[in-house]
Amino acid sequence: MGGSASLLPREALGEYQELTFLTKQEILLAYKRFSELLPKEERENACSARVPKSQILTLPELRANPFQHRICRVFSTSGNGDDSMSFEDFLDMLSVFSDSATLDIKSHYAFRIFDFDEDGTLDRSDLEKLVDCLTGQGEESRLSNAEMEQLIQNILEESDIDKDGTINLSEFQHVISRSPDFVSSFKIVL
Amino acid sequence: ALHTSFHQLIQEQSSLMEAALELEMQERSREPGQDEQHPNFSPTTLRILASMPSRTIGRSRGAIISQYYNRTARLRRRSSRPPLQQLCRTARPSLRHYDLETDPTRATLEEKRSLLVKELLSLSPGQRSHMLLTVPLSLAEKRTLRWVLSRQSQPGRAPHRTSSSPCGRSKDCIVLVSLGCGLLSLLAAAQPWHYALKQIGGRFGSSVLSYFVFLKTLLIFNIFSLLILLVFVVAPQAVYPPPSASPRPFTGLELLTGAGYFTHSLLYYGYYSNVTLNDPCASSPNGSMCPHTAPQFPYNMPLAYVFSIGVSFLLTCVLLVYSMSRSFGESYRVGSSTGDLAVKVFCAWDFKVVQRRSVKLQCENICTQLKELLAEQRSRSCSLSLCQRLGRTVVLLLAWVLSLSSVLGCVVALRYFSEHMHVQEAILLVLPLVVSLLNVLMPHLYNLLATWEKQDSPVTEVYVACWETCVGQDLYRFVVMDFIFTLLDTLFGELVWRLILEKKLKRNQKPEFDIARNVLELIYGQTLTWLGVLFAPLLPAIQTLKLVLLFYVKKTSLMQNCQSPSKPWQASRMSTFFITLLCFPSFLGAAIFLSYTILSVRPSETCGPFQGLETMYKSGKTWVQLLEKSNPNITWFAWVHQYLVENTFLLFFMSGVLLAVIYFNIQVVRGQRRIIRLLKEQIANEGEDKIFLIQKLHSVYEQRERRA
Repeated sequence: MGGSASLLPREALGEYQELTFLTKQEILLAYKRFSELLPKEERENACSARVPKSQILTLPELRANPFQHRICRVFSTSGNGDDSMSFEDFLDMLSVFSDSATLDIKSHYAFRIFDFDEDGTLDRSDLEKLVDCLTGQGEESRLSNAEMEQLIQNILEESDIDKDGTINLSEFQHVISRSPDFVSSFKIVL
Repeated sequence: ALHTSFHQLIQEQSSLMEAALELEMQERSREPGQDEQHPNFSPTTLRILASMPSRTIGRSRGAIISQYYNRTARLRRRSSRPPLQQLCRTARPSLRHYDLETDPTRATLEEKRSLLVKELLSLSPGQRSHMLLTVPLSLAEKRTLRWVLSRQSQPGRAPHRTSSSPCGRSKDCIVLVSLGCGLLSLLAAAQPWHYALKQIGGRFGSSVLSYFVFLKTLLIFNIFSLLILLVFVVAPQAVYPPPSASPRPFTGLELLTGAGYFTHSLLYYGYYSNVTLNDPCASSPNGSMCPHTAPQFPYNMPLAYVFSIGVSFLLTCVLLVYSMSRSFGESYRVGSSTGDLAVKVFCAWDFKVVQRRSVKLQCENICTQLKELLAEQRSRSCSLSLCQRLGRTVVLLLAWVLSLSSVLGCVVALRYFSEHMHVQEAILLVLPLVVSLLNVLMPHLYNLLATWEKQDSPVTEVYVACWETCVGQDLYRFVVMDFIFTLLDTLFGELVWRLILEKKLKRNQKPEFDIARNVLELIYGQTLTWLGVLFAPLLPAIQTLKLVLLFYVKKTSLMQNCQSPSKPWQASRMSTFFITLLCFPSFLGAAIFLSYTILSVRPSETCGPFQGLETMYKSGKTWVQLLEKSNPNITWFAWVHQYLVENTFLLFFMSGVLLAVIYFNIQVVRGQRRIIRLLKEQIANEGEDKIFLIQKLHSVYEQRERRA
């Protein structure tokens, strides 16, 4: 677009096209939006820069999403736990949320997003936090304790096949495969 | 092998086992619903629990790499299970390296990675790139893998960029290429709406979006029909116009009534000639002036007319059945007979919604929906008394009686009305006006009834008053009136209502976008087009124009005036429902009406391409006879026509085959359900084994601690 915006190197573009579910236009658009998040001095080497979490959360697609913190945590590969995202992390995220990603990949990452304590399973506390995110933080739209208990009991009864009190990845993917809507609702398009 | 590794663990970590201590068979005192992650478990037990393969798959890179190593190995061997005897060092790393998190050296990860690379190298390039694409690792990891792969596969050369992705997914490649040409022309039309659809989805969610996607689907159907009719019927007739009477003057009223200037135009059946078009013999009245040479490509108009309509209907039928089966296949699941609360919770959030207010609305909707489901479940456990059940039955019956009687009343009224109609031009509009008025008012009445019950019934009325061109004109008027009334309904139902709500009643609530009613209006309009295409070949063009205009009008009205529906709608089941509704009453009815008209009704004597024939179908028959006479070598064609097309035995045979296929599929599904039940029981048993072993482990550590 502008003269100051640097372009993505062609070889990298081809590699990204092969390794993600994004098309060429989507990758270029992602590059443009990502470099807009960086301050002007760093835009030249946007490929290797890291954007802090606060900047990522200003994107309109993530701004109002209740799972925004989990998304940043799951896709960030920064070693010091500050959830900053590089361009490749950003592409990863868009690839998983894109139109052509498979159900397998989407359900895998959905599991990781919903696993609030990151222990590899969804236990009662994870499910409670998930329902709280879904119903919003307002006072009038929370479930009462009894209702929450009943809901989590039902969820575990329906999805915990090996009856160990938690839902692991395979059980989660089995539940997700029963829903035809999941692929179209687990989508973010720039 | 799993049992072997646990046994080893217990042996090496506990000396008590060697002391031949009697571990009494503990009663598994498991209360239902008790959480197995007991805080009483010792830290070592918890650590071992945390590194179980079923839990590491969801979080650690090494486990994912091992899992995909197994998958690629399976792919290479093409058998579902690797043999258990193969327990050498390089096999089944997910079992050997079960203790992933406590192993600090990175060498393990490298080892796994090299194993995976070795397996990937043995695959074909297409499978390899597909596997790389679908492994849930970060992009940096995938790039490393790819670099290692390219370095190992061609050791001397620099890693070069392999060819672009379409050929990597080999199976899709061929289908894509063949469809590419056909879809290219549509892509240009679809792209301008891509942003509009994203905007609608972002503010209102997937359910309202499904209405607009349905509108787009209808547009595609109409464009296909239009193209066929344009190329084979309208264009040849436009090039060879028949000798016609002097045209009437054009007044503005024709756009609404379709009569007057338009009566003798390409729009209607009556304009089309019943002769071979480029044969000068047929059209000239004086037989002696005929040069007696047949033209090079004789274009038989009646044949072209009936065949084009037949082919466009066949194409529409094929497209409808295909899209219906695809959306049905996506929404139907075998063995999903248990409750769906878990599914609802995990798939409830629509990530496409981005506006803050819409997000808040979505949260409220989900909360309401969950509360309703839980309340319903609680009330289901306590059964209704006899009185309540009786009351509900009475209400149901009353709603049915009211709906049916109003439909009957409308039918009787319309029949009476159209029999007493006069043929003056502006009055021709009265019948469609009345029909459209009823179409608009009745759904509101039914919505009122729906506060008791959920009812949506369309009132689809077409009354065939006069013959072909008149029928075509009538249908044209219906289509135009329907469009005008849709516009008026949008104006009054949405804009004016919102203004009333905001200014007069001071409520800060916008009217809801009524998806059901709008979809039924679309289906009504499409039914009219299909019914009328035989009598007015350009009707699909008018319908296309109408749909394009409707898209923009509805979108603008939606953005300005409406809020998203508060009822939870499942978008995919709705799309299936819309397409099914389009196919079964609407398309099937139109097809039956069309077949009846072509096969049994006598066409009019004085106008149109089938003058003088007994039925429209006879044009095909006479052509076959003519062909037989002129060229004796094509007797097989006549034979095919006589014994296959005309014979009813073929129909019975095809129905029998179809029924057999359906029965077979039902049996297969039944067998699959049984297997799913058995597998679930097996998994539950394995789970009990696991819990038993964990308890045993815990008791071992407890006793060890007590001794220390």
